[in-house]
Amino acid sequence: MQQATDRALEVIGPERCGYRQALETQQRLRRRCAASGGRENFLMLLEHPPVITIGRSGLAGEVLADRKTLRERGVEVLETNRGGRVTFHGPGQLVAYPIVDLTARGRDLHRYLRELEGWLLRLLESYGIGAGLNPPYTGVWVGGRKIASIGIAVRHWVAYHGAALNVTTDLEFFRLIVPCGLPGVRVTSMQEVLGRPPDLAEVARRAARLFCEDFGFADVPQSRQSERVRAG
Amino acid sequence: MEHRFQLPDLGEDAPDKAEVSFWYVQEGEEVEEGQDLVEMITDKAAFTVPSPLKGAVKQILIQEGDIARVGQTMAVIEA
Repeated sequence: MQQATDRALEVIGPERCGYRQALETQQRLRRRCAASGGRENFLMLLEHPPVITIGRSGLAGEVLADRKTLRERGVEVLETNRGGRVTFHGPGQLVAYPIVDLTARGRDLHRYLRELEGWLLRLLESYGIGAGLNPPYTGVWVGGRKIASIGIAVRHWVAYHGAALNVTTDLEFFRLIVPCGLPGVRVTSMQEVLGRPPDLAEVARRAARLFCEDFGFADVPQSRQSERVRAG
Repeated sequence: MEHRFQLPDLGEDAPDKAEVSFWYVQEGEEVEEGQDLVEMITDKAAFTVPSPLKGAVKQILIQEGDIARVGQTMAVIEA
């Protein structure tokens, strides 16, 4: 673990936030992180309204549902600038956007992906869920089903975007897409694995604490997040 | 002076190649040091590479959708 001497992490959330607005906030915080020389880092913990996002490697054909179905289900479809293919975000899913300086972490694009996986594995383990990896596919899996997806973007060696963990997500939404471009892939949630619905806010709190441990930040109190996400 | 703009090392654990997602610039365009030149994509990461110097983009050698290896010249910049 690295020493967090002058690097600080501000935790934002958990709160509900639209995808577009969250992306704007990420861009603003990414610029702040870069301008601070990597001293100011952020962890946004959010829950999005239903949205399908198409990453840089995604194909429009991986959205299986037609427009009418999407409208009926209240699902927006957006292209976005993260790596990866097509995924779904919605209520009951913890979306984590760490906005962190990778220069302090050795400027290794994929080591950071592995570190995010390790963090999610520990988070699930804290709930007694034995999750694992499924190389070469990025993400976190439980018994052959995908429980968390990862896709990042990096600019000036500051990472943004991040991970989405199904806590109590309605898994029916994933039928609308080819998740992560893997035909026939099955998805699961913490609720499905545990047989009871964990509290999303508690999952977010644990996620923040473990993130500080894993990424070498001193534990910090939650910020007054609402004004942060909404300002700007 | 001509500068060969190469795909930088993306880290020990990262693949040794990446796909050109898109160029922010066109041939003939003037660029500042630190200005975004190109977005690259690996499996799960999108990565923006800035220009290491001020100059004019003389030639783009790796087109959008094509693969570049780490160290491969992707563009020529006339300083």
